[in-house]
Amino acid sequence: MKKLINSPESVLADALAGVAAAHPELAVDVPNRVITRAVRPAAPKVALVSGGGSGHEPLHGGFVGPGMLDAACPGEVFTSPVPDQVLTAARAVDSGAGVLLVVKNYTGDVMNFRLAAELAAEEGIEVRTVLVDDDVAVRDSTWTAGRRGTGATVLVEKIAGALAERGAPLAEVAAVGERVNAASRSFAVALTAATVPAAGKPGFDLPEDEIEVGVGIHGEPGRRREKLRPARELAAEVVDTVLADHDLAAGDEVIALVNGLGGTPLLELYIVFGEVAARLAEHGVTIARSLVGNFVTSLDMAGFSLTLTKADAGLLELWDAPVATPALHRS
Amino acid sequence: MDHDTPDHAGAGTGPSTPEARALDAPLAEAWIRALAAAVDVHQRELTDLDSAIGDGDHGSNLHRGFTAVLAVLDALQPADAGAVLGRTGSTLISKVGGASGPLYGSAFRAMGAALPPSPATPAEFAGALAAGLAAVRRLGGAAPGDKTLVDAYTPALAAFERAVAGGAGLAGAASAAAEAAERGMRATTPLQARKGRASYLGPRSIGHQDPGATSTALLFRTLADVTG
Repeated sequence: MKKLINSPESVLADALAGVAAAHPELAVDVPNRVITRAVRPAAPKVALVSGGGSGHEPLHGGFVGPGMLDAACPGEVFTSPVPDQVLTAARAVDSGAGVLLVVKNYTGDVMNFRLAAELAAEEGIEVRTVLVDDDVAVRDSTWTAGRRGTGATVLVEKIAGALAERGAPLAEVAAVGERVNAASRSFAVALTAATVPAAGKPGFDLPEDEIEVGVGIHGEPGRRREKLRPARELAAEVVDTVLADHDLAAGDEVIALVNGLGGTPLLELYIVFGEVAARLAEHGVTIARSLVGNFVTSLDMAGFSLTLTKADAGLLELWDAPVATPALHRS
Repeated sequence: MDHDTPDHAGAGTGPSTPEARALDAPLAEAWIRALAAAVDVHQRELTDLDSAIGDGDHGSNLHRGFTAVLAVLDALQPADAGAVLGRTGSTLISKVGGASGPLYGSAFRAMGAALPPSPATPAEFAGALAAGLAAVRRLGGAAPGDKTLVDAYTPALAAFERAVAGGAGLAGAASAAAEAAERGMRATTPLQARKGRASYLGPRSIGHQDPGATSTALLFRTLADVTG
């Protein structure tokens, strides 16, 4: 394992110290592991709090700022935050208008955020939760923990964050978050496995010429293994897989996110995006907005995920609203 | 079988029969310390099991949690068994994260809350163990057969209750529970996971022993060790 770390035990604390040093616009509580905006919103508004295991940067800390999150709670690498963190964050950012928790659907995240929500409610903080579960690689049935939350998290946080910034009440902010999630589907392909610093070796062994299809963002193996193929074929298969689970029809518009998993160059992500656009055009689906880059990563995993969110005028208007965070910026 | 002494019965307030040795604060603390030591010894094994079907952090997460629990016990010296288990639970919830923190944390908190302030009889402790399982199932939603810690806990609790109903003391009941937990643990290998991250693998989860059931087997084995 070759990593730019001091020690596997201090990865999170050292990274948070770096975030604090790099971003004076953020307030980083290193001992409690909570990132908030350094400058509070001028008027009371619904506060958005998210969090999850570390290793998915810039998710979630990179999305704290005007127009998006009010606080992020990073857990240990690939481990959900603990309830104390979420409660500390909720207390810090609640202005009386309530707190929306944006939670990716993983067993640990759901439990820890649920315990935190119960504690916050006992303190009189109004709390709602939006669960993000967009990954079509997992069959949503009684046979699984349900679909994983992946790329759609960025869209939920951006769009709900924009509505909250305008002073909408908690119920409406939660509703738009749920609407974005329901309109989103994602699917990922990995070329290599991620190496968790504490484990010191890749989460699974993948031969040089094979890829893991339907992979998650925690180093767990995917749905199946295949031989590596040209980007055109892979992108087409991923588009078709997402569309097969989507209610998109010819003439519909989407927000398309081609997301790098951490170890893939932007050059390759743009190759993939070009192929995705071509395949979507064959299906008659129009890309209304696009986002290409590393937003929901899995440490050093090579590969990409595709998220397609069915768009309408209302969602696009919120998507286009100003945002000022370390990882997403639009004036 | 159990060989009780007046000391263990808790200042004369406990039950009088040798079979009914009580769970008091020192015994509860001995259990948690033995469990922490077992997690330390088996950390790598738990993590390797989790790497196969999860995300490879079960051993390190529990290790981090129980290291914190030991620090709390060193500092606090809780007054009764309920407080020992309750503090263990709240510390695990605060320090572990993931699924195992809330699940084991809630289990120990529920056990602690269910125990009387006086040393608990085997029957009372059986009730506390049942409260622990109920908390796990309420929070995680897992049922027997889902390839989770419930598959070790459920038969262990049943064996403990059967043994107590048959007149066994803590040691006998804990020993029966430990054996049942280990059988339940081994029986998770052919199952397909329906909860947690292992469920994402579908049929690929078959053939691997569940890490949560494995740590639960440690929980009951260490209980048998300290009461025996």
